[in-house]
Amino acid sequence: MQFLEVNHLKKYFATQKAVDDISFGINKGSIFGLLGPNGAGKTTLIRMITGIFYADEGTISLEGKKFDPTKDVGQIGYMPEERGLYKKMKIGEQAVYLAQLKGLSRKDAMEKVKQWFIKFEMQSWWNKKVEDLSKGMGQKLQFVTTVLHEPKLIILDEPFSGLDPVNSNLIKDEIFALSRKGSTIIFSTHRMEQVEEICNHIILVNKGMKILDGSVSEIRQQFKENLYQVGLEQDEEAIASETFDLIGKKNMDLFIRIKTGFSTNDVLQFFIEKKLNIRSFQELLPSLNDIFIKLVEGTPLSRQFQNTNA
Amino acid sequence: MNKIWLVMQREYLTRVRKRSFLLTTILVPLVIIGFYAAIIAISLSGSTTSRNVAIIDKDGLFGDSVEKSKDDNWNYSFIDRQDLDSYIDKYEKNGFSSVLFIPPLNIDSPGGILVHSHAALSLSEKIKIESVINRAIEKKRMIAAHIDPSQYKAISSDVSVENPVDSQNGVKKSIAGVAYAISFVAGILIYMILLIYGTMVMRGVMEEKVNRIAEVIVSSVKPFQLMMGKIIGIGAVGLTQFIIWILLMFVLQLLLPLIFPSLVHQVAAQSGQQANMLHEVLAGIGGLPIGLIIFSFFFYFLGGYLLYASLFAAIGSAVSEDQQEAQQLTLPIIMPVILGFVIMTKAVNDPNNGLAIFGSLFPLTSPIVMMGRIAYSPPAWQIILSMVLLILGFLFFTWLTAKIYRTGILMYGKKASWKEMIKWAFRK
Repeated sequence: MQFLEVNHLKKYFATQKAVDDISFGINKGSIFGLLGPNGAGKTTLIRMITGIFYADEGTISLEGKKFDPTKDVGQIGYMPEERGLYKKMKIGEQAVYLAQLKGLSRKDAMEKVKQWFIKFEMQSWWNKKVEDLSKGMGQKLQFVTTVLHEPKLIILDEPFSGLDPVNSNLIKDEIFALSRKGSTIIFSTHRMEQVEEICNHIILVNKGMKILDGSVSEIRQQFKENLYQVGLEQDEEAIASETFDLIGKKNMDLFIRIKTGFSTNDVLQFFIEKKLNIRSFQELLPSLNDIFIKLVEGTPLSRQFQNTNA
Repeated sequence: MNKIWLVMQREYLTRVRKRSFLLTTILVPLVIIGFYAAIIAISLSGSTTSRNVAIIDKDGLFGDSVEKSKDDNWNYSFIDRQDLDSYIDKYEKNGFSSVLFIPPLNIDSPGGILVHSHAALSLSEKIKIESVINRAIEKKRMIAAHIDPSQYKAISSDVSVENPVDSQNGVKKSIAGVAYAISFVAGILIYMILLIYGTMVMRGVMEEKVNRIAEVIVSSVKPFQLMMGKIIGIGAVGLTQFIIWILLMFVLQLLLPLIFPSLVHQVAAQSGQQANMLHEVLAGIGGLPIGLIIFSFFFYFLGGYLLYASLFAAIGSAVSEDQQEAQQLTLPIIMPVILGFVIMTKAVNDPNNGLAIFGSLFPLTSPIVMMGRIAYSPPAWQIILSMVLLILGFLFFTWLTAKIYRTGILMYGKKASWKEMIKWAFRK
């Protein structure tokens, strides 16, 4: 049994199929990446998981039980992409209020808010108003209010936008810590390098449908195109072999695609026979970014590949 | 339920703690009382100023004395053997504020009468002088027509009708004037409440949308709970404000004589006529169903507010950031309020008119119109039906608007059209 199971979820709006038969499961304590271009249906999907929307069809179960929005909201912490706080309200009060709405008693809420404020060095903010905060500070506060009530399921939509690297890392460490403590995290973003770094498992959604599901390394393996980078010790102009196509060259580094029917050893053989010293030889796995763009745009991987990895 | 309470608390506390709340709550009654005091002071002082008027009567219109009306406290003096031209320079030195010149008159079409003064006469002063002249001319005409003026006076009549109201509790004194005033004030108050607090709800909802907090909140609270919490919280702010106002007015009314002692003397010094009027007013108030009026006021205040607040909340949820968009969309909601106000002004004059009865039953206008009728003790079945319909209307509109609200608060970007909002409302 997985922590969260989504089965054949559908939500049709008048003009479009926002979510069209999506199923997936998330293990407890894992960090799950929900990827997709703008308008793919991610937000609708998340809103159904958080109980804001009801699904037209399909089921959601949390820890094996059918998801009940009224009862289970206390188990969920959701930081939407369109996020905000009451500008005129004092920060401390606001955090306590949001925690109370999640079902904490006033006393517990106060305690928790204080703990988190100390952890993030925000104690002096208590009586300030949100309108006095910078965007990044507001973001930190938003994160605190999302995880304050120790939810079992945390859903973060673009949590790093607007944060500087220091605060980004602070939040990232916190996400790892929460995951270690057993919280399950759904992470929705367009920033692929963060997904590669943080997520164990991803799905890619496009036009309301799931088009990819698996762990990050599995997916990269699945989409590899036999691309290799060969580092030579000297600049060599004319290189042609029946074992590979040369698709790019930068100084003394060659980018090649091994032709079907040949192995890496055949390629190495070729260089050895040519008496070219090899400085390095490595496989190039496509980045999630490339896979994302390829799947979503349907463009060939190699074209993008040169730009990003050369 | 617990969450509605939390939301309500927040809405209430953040508003009540604002400086502007304190300011309006305290300033409004002060301004009203000050206004009130100024009006009384002005009207009292206006009627007591006396003026000396010189009359150069070339026609002999007045004979040897000016016949004044009862409340005319001016002094008229005849200046003989003087020409207007030569006297114009002198009358002020002689202690007159103005000089009235009557040329020889053709009694059938009198003309050429002048009043010279250094300061322009006010309208009421002009009317006063004209009435003095008219009276003299009428007298002359009566004599010319062989009517004895004293006989005419004996014939002419000026009655006042009393209207005892028959109710279960026996015959009551006439209440028309007082009922009119109370109905009108109550109707206007409800009208203002609906608009002021309704807009406050709308702005609150827009604030949540603009600040992008709506989605954060609805992930822990149902949209309906958020909407109801907000409506009830702001309603409580309104009630608090009203209670403070009533208390403050009461205290200030007690304090007013201490602040303006001269006012009391003046009132006391007024002729018996005003005392009579006061007596009549008090008797009229005694004849009114006061308990029913106060109960109805709070009932229609709450009922009307709740109904309209949910409509305003729906509008607030449908617009994005633009105030102007909100104004366009509120128009269809403000229209029934204004319609109610118009029917109310009719109902206070003619409380049992068909339109007034309809208006006092129809939930969108009943809070205003029924307050305009309530002092006239409308039939019990109409009051009960009106209240039941208002409650049903409130439930219906809340159910309807909750659906618009639920969709609206999560929509960003373009403004929703009425067509879309209706679609949201009737979608399952």
